[in-house]
Amino acid sequence: MKIDRAALRAYTMVFALVAIWIFFEWRTDGVFLRPVNLANLLKQMSVTGVLAVGMLFVIVARQIDLSVGSLVGLAGGIAAMTQGWGLVPCFLAALATGVAAGALSGALVAYLNIPSFIVTLGGLLTWRGVILWLSKGETIPVRLTVFRTLGIALMTPASGIGMGVAAVAAVIWLTFRRNAARRRHGLPVPGAAATALRIVVPSLLIAAFVAVMNAQGGVPLPVIVLLAVAIAGHFLTQSTTFGRYLYAIGSNPDAARLSGVDLPKHILAAFALLGGLVGVAALLHTGRVGSASPDAGTLMELDAIAACVIGGTSLMGGRGKVSGALLGALVMASLDNGMSLLSVENATQYIIKGAVLVAAVGFDMAGRRKG
Amino acid sequence: MRSISKRFPGVRALDDVSFDVRAGEIHALVGENGAGKSTLMKILGGAYPHGTYDGDIVVGGEVRRFSGVRAAEDAGIAVVHQELSLIPEFSIAENIFLGREPTRRGVIQSEELYSGAQKVLDQLHLRLAPHLPVGFLGIGQQHLVEIAKALARDARILVLDEPTAALTDAEADVLFAILRRLRDGGAAIVYISHKLGEVLALADRITVLRDGKSVGTDDAAALDAPRLIARMVGREVTVEDRQSCLSGQTGVSVPHVFEARHVTVEDPNVPGKLIVDDVGFEVRRGEVLGIAGLVGAGRSDLMMAIFGAHPGRKRGEFFVAGAPVVIDKPADAIRAGIGFVTEDRKRFGLFLDQTVVSNLTLATMDVAASDRAMKELRIKAPSVFAIAGTLSGGNQQKIVLGKWLLTNPRVLLLDEPTRGIDVGAKQEIYAQIDRLASEGLAIVLVSSELPEVLGLSDRILVLHEGRISGELTRGEATAEKVMAYATLTGQRPSPPAGGEGGRRPDEGAFA
Repeated sequence: MKIDRAALRAYTMVFALVAIWIFFEWRTDGVFLRPVNLANLLKQMSVTGVLAVGMLFVIVARQIDLSVGSLVGLAGGIAAMTQGWGLVPCFLAALATGVAAGALSGALVAYLNIPSFIVTLGGLLTWRGVILWLSKGETIPVRLTVFRTLGIALMTPASGIGMGVAAVAAVIWLTFRRNAARRRHGLPVPGAAATALRIVVPSLLIAAFVAVMNAQGGVPLPVIVLLAVAIAGHFLTQSTTFGRYLYAIGSNPDAARLSGVDLPKHILAAFALLGGLVGVAALLHTGRVGSASPDAGTLMELDAIAACVIGGTSLMGGRGKVSGALLGALVMASLDNGMSLLSVENATQYIIKGAVLVAAVGFDMAGRRKG
Repeated sequence: MRSISKRFPGVRALDDVSFDVRAGEIHALVGENGAGKSTLMKILGGAYPHGTYDGDIVVGGEVRRFSGVRAAEDAGIAVVHQELSLIPEFSIAENIFLGREPTRRGVIQSEELYSGAQKVLDQLHLRLAPHLPVGFLGIGQQHLVEIAKALARDARILVLDEPTAALTDAEADVLFAILRRLRDGGAAIVYISHKLGEVLALADRITVLRDGKSVGTDDAAALDAPRLIARMVGREVTVEDRQSCLSGQTGVSVPHVFEARHVTVEDPNVPGKLIVDDVGFEVRRGEVLGIAGLVGAGRSDLMMAIFGAHPGRKRGEFFVAGAPVVIDKPADAIRAGIGFVTEDRKRFGLFLDQTVVSNLTLATMDVAASDRAMKELRIKAPSVFAIAGTLSGGNQQKIVLGKWLLTNPRVLLLDEPTRGIDVGAKQEIYAQIDRLASEGLAIVLVSSELPEVLGLSDRILVLHEGRISGELTRGEATAEKVMAYATLTGQRPSPPAGGEGGRRPDEGAFA
């Protein structure tokens, strides 16, 4: 019974998303679900989505990172300033900035036992100060073409189809490999029908996604980046000791320690990983905007945290999934996009997003109490 | 372990203790709280690494220096700690292999994990599905998962710290059977427990620790409970001693101070399920009413409901000195003259990081009275400004008691007042209960320790699955009768089903 509750919760969020989409589709007279707009929506979501996946690692370990928005500004600014070194070095500079800043936060939290809320609140101010000082308050335009197109470019329809086919092949291969492994270890193996379902459902979703995106010119590059980050994140959280230990640390740190888990090392690594993903998000964001302004990324940490929480991540640690965080990011992006299409005032947008965040968690808590 | 010594700031926790355990034996380690049992085992298990203690750990003839838990595990030592170290969100299999997952380059081989977990569970004859999240299991089953976890580490030396503290008797029996089987299979088992009966029944040898020193090791066959207790406390504490803390006789004519009728509580997690079902009782001036029952019978829930602190939906009528009172929240109960010493003092009863005086006066804000309370209750603390968390469990419990006494209650609810405190402190709590009752306070005592309920109560109510399954007067109560009602295994005619009427005839027995 209780297991179904977790599934039910996930479905509730999907239903909420569908309801939001139907509402906007109706109010915008069919503009909302057009392929062009869906592609826009996903492009808007990609930055928040990448940050939310990174944030998940930290929240699941019962930590928080408030410095993410400022770090987007700093890493983006450094990428823009180092364009003269060439494309790859300037990308690496942004990623290195993110990893270094994340590792520093993580080290202060993990080894000096300073609460992450305080460390990253300090980071929020410090990194913003650093980029203001480095850029002297000026906005730096993006000159490298590839950099600029990173945030907006579309894959050619043919390469989109190619990636779709590869993805379907991967699904088939993974399903059969899993069945074989279960058989080898004497565990029950799903029957032919269940196996077919495990292949057909994801394949249809992949095909539909590629078809819709190709209908408006191709799959946007930032969306590919987001999907890659999400798949890697899902794999890390569900199938590696690193990811599982983060959940263990967040759920019951004493138990994790007594089981031989190196807590500080994993906490530091989670922050460093988030920092790296902040670097990725900074490149996407800077590329899409076409320039690095010193106030870029402001409040993005809150979007990322909100996406995680709407997607069912517990701030108390130990609970939350990449798929949930993506769903949360999609809900937030849909609200942004839909309300913009309806020309809802900025003030109203803030209020509605705030209310949705609190309501989502409120429903979750109510559902948990009732059982 | 040879000549182990360990210091904490200001305390010598272990002083030159030597301890050995052989393959194929169960070696029990007993002692009062703070005697150093858990500390000794934390050293063995690597939780206090080499360098933080003096002395040697010798495993299989070789001196070992563990740098941490992992190193001790590699040497075949696994500790099942008193506090459960499980991840509730993780499946049984994930918990069993936590920290030692079968991996290939950091990637968990989940099929190997689940089939491996199934093997360990089979080995223990546990019929649990390995994919079930541990949070869904009962506390007893969680303990068994802990043991499975230790076994999955190929432990040759298994240390269990108070494993039965939260288990029902049936669950404990399952555990004992498993431990005997493991011993017969050649495992060395160190068993720490307060429950001397089970120690004597289970162990091959017993070592007693007192104040950080080893008092001696003997074959279990050569020991009995009084001798063990004498070693633990360093003085003879006989059963007669306990008898002397009985309350005075209570006459029928004494009016009841508090009455509860038709108390019904719904499980906050399972709507419609009643954890307390139409329970009623009254308690008189100077009377100690004992409430017995197995874990999960609803004893604590009943207390929480009376105090207005239960999270579930509840119904019931309450009367203080014959007048009806409404109790919806703890403040109502306090105003009505009810005090409640909770089961888990660290969670519900005390602010561990605050001073004795601020804890004592929390409910009343009467600072002047706190000095007096400290003397009356004989709270041993350097001053009223000592931090509560630095005191022993017994003294902490007395602070909680003192806090409520300062509210001048007419009724005092005591939920497991002696849990986790040592024998000496228990005697003092008993003496306080006796004194308070003789001063006219009405006391409701919930306890899992039968001798405690039998020794202190004037009357005993037995709960079974949320209902009153029996009521016994002091004269007729025996451990066997209480257990028969608690488990409903007795052959006696069906007992009165809660409510009012059924119990009245018993009153005559007090005369």
